[in-house]
Amino acid sequence: MSDYNFAYLDEQTKRMIRRAILKGLAIPGYQVPFASREMPMPYGWGTGGVQVSAATLTPEDTLKVIDQGADDTTNAVSIRKFFEKTAEVGTTTETSAATVIQTRHRIPEEDLSEDQILVYQVPIPEPLRFLEPRETETRKMHALEEYGLMHVKLYEDIAKHGHIATSYAYPVKVEDRYVMDPSPIPKFDNPKMEMSAIQLFGAGREQRIYALPPYTKVVSLDFEDHPFDPSKAPHACALCGAEDSYLDEVITDDKGGRMFVCSDTDYCEKRRAEGHTGDLTKETAA
Amino acid sequence: MEALELTGGFFDPAPEAARAFRQIMTVMAKPGTILDLDQAEAPAPVSKAAATLLLTLCDPDTGIYLAGDADTDAVRNWINFHIGAPLVSAATCDFAVGTWEALAPLSQFKIGTSEYPDRSASLIVESDVLENQGAVLQGPGIKDRAALSLPETAAFQANQMLFPLGLDFYFTQGSRVAALPRTTEVR
Ligand SMILES: [Zn+2]
Repeated sequence: MSDYNFAYLDEQTKRMIRRAILKGLAIPGYQVPFASREMPMPYGWGTGGVQVSAATLTPEDTLKVIDQGADDTTNAVSIRKFFEKTAEVGTTTETSAATVIQTRHRIPEEDLSEDQILVYQVPIPEPLRFLEPRETETRKMHALEEYGLMHVKLYEDIAKHGHIATSYAYPVKVEDRYVMDPSPIPKFDNPKMEMSAIQLFGAGREQRIYALPPYTKVVSLDFEDHPFDPSKAPHACALCGAEDSYLDEVITDDKGGRMFVCSDTDYCEKRRAEGHTGDLTKETAA
Repeated sequence: MEALELTGGFFDPAPEAARAFRQIMTVMAKPGTILDLDQAEAPAPVSKAAATLLLTLCDPDTGIYLAGDADTDAVRNWINFHIGAPLVSAATCDFAVGTWEALAPLSQFKIGTSEYPDRSASLIVESDVLENQGAVLQGPGIKDRAALSLPETAAFQANQMLFPLGLDFYFTQGSRVAALPRTTEVR
């Protein structure tokens, strides 16, 4: 069964992706074009993130894959198995035990370290795309730092809703230069992007790679009279009682019953193992 | 052909290239960090670290410029045999190798365009000294400040002023490497 290339991709493709990653790190927030390859999974399954991970992994790595914070979705499990088979890496669900974490739509709650790499799956890398469909135009806008329209759009939100309604893929400005799409993470995660780990972003269908070195300045766009607000639902996790984590709303019955639980399943499990309880677990634990 | 022209490539290419890339990525993401890089060996005067950089990142799609003493028949043959990259002029290269003196003037290299700042050259500067003292570095990838022995400061300050255009540098000494991207402020 060793008919695979290491990490699936051939060496020339990995070199091309590696060169793009290095340019991305040298020009934080700038979208580097790359020639995306067909992967043995459909677009929408994170083929951009998978290609970036494939070019990054070594046999010594321990990989974690999360999908909306969970390690056990079909998507996360398939990607984990794919790299176990093709790159012979170890895998884990524990955030702190991973050297490379591939993610879709979340940043882990636990602070990442300097020795870790976070790889994002990105569906639409161009933050200006909904304002301007033509790539030649958005490229010009980035070249000229023409970001006025972006602010106008956010301000229209305020006029309409009294606040900025964008709650996912909330645009950021990197090192006072490039406006960047953080991928569809909740805006709650935006402040975490100024972190110790290396962050790499891969968009397969759109053929773009971008990156953030550790400690890069990442500022969520806002206005003096409407400062950026990363807040989340004002609840505690029903399972572990955490008040500082991002929560998913879970419908519990057909009578409108619902509860809020940590979206980061590893974080939640770790807290429960440490003895923390939430509204749902208090009685049984007592 | 000398023996080393046919040897000195990766022993087990895929995993060794992967390990080498991780070292290279780490130094580029963390300017001033010095790491080992010794998976490949090219004929003199090219260092192991520079040979590993070329072997990891270059192929027929990337033009290489050999500056000064690095431009020998033996080095050319090694690149032809192991990498297959075209050897090109300074003005058109994607990667250049040589000493700081041999690479001058920096104005001869591609710095990218405002729409494609990534279309710029990366310079591999073969150095006699590589240590964490000398110039003070600040910028993306650096927590507070870092220090690195640089051949001078003015050229890197001028390069940083070009951001987002500009050159990115690797400094190699024996089997060790450090990097300085265009974002780093140098004092
Ligand atoms: Zn929880």
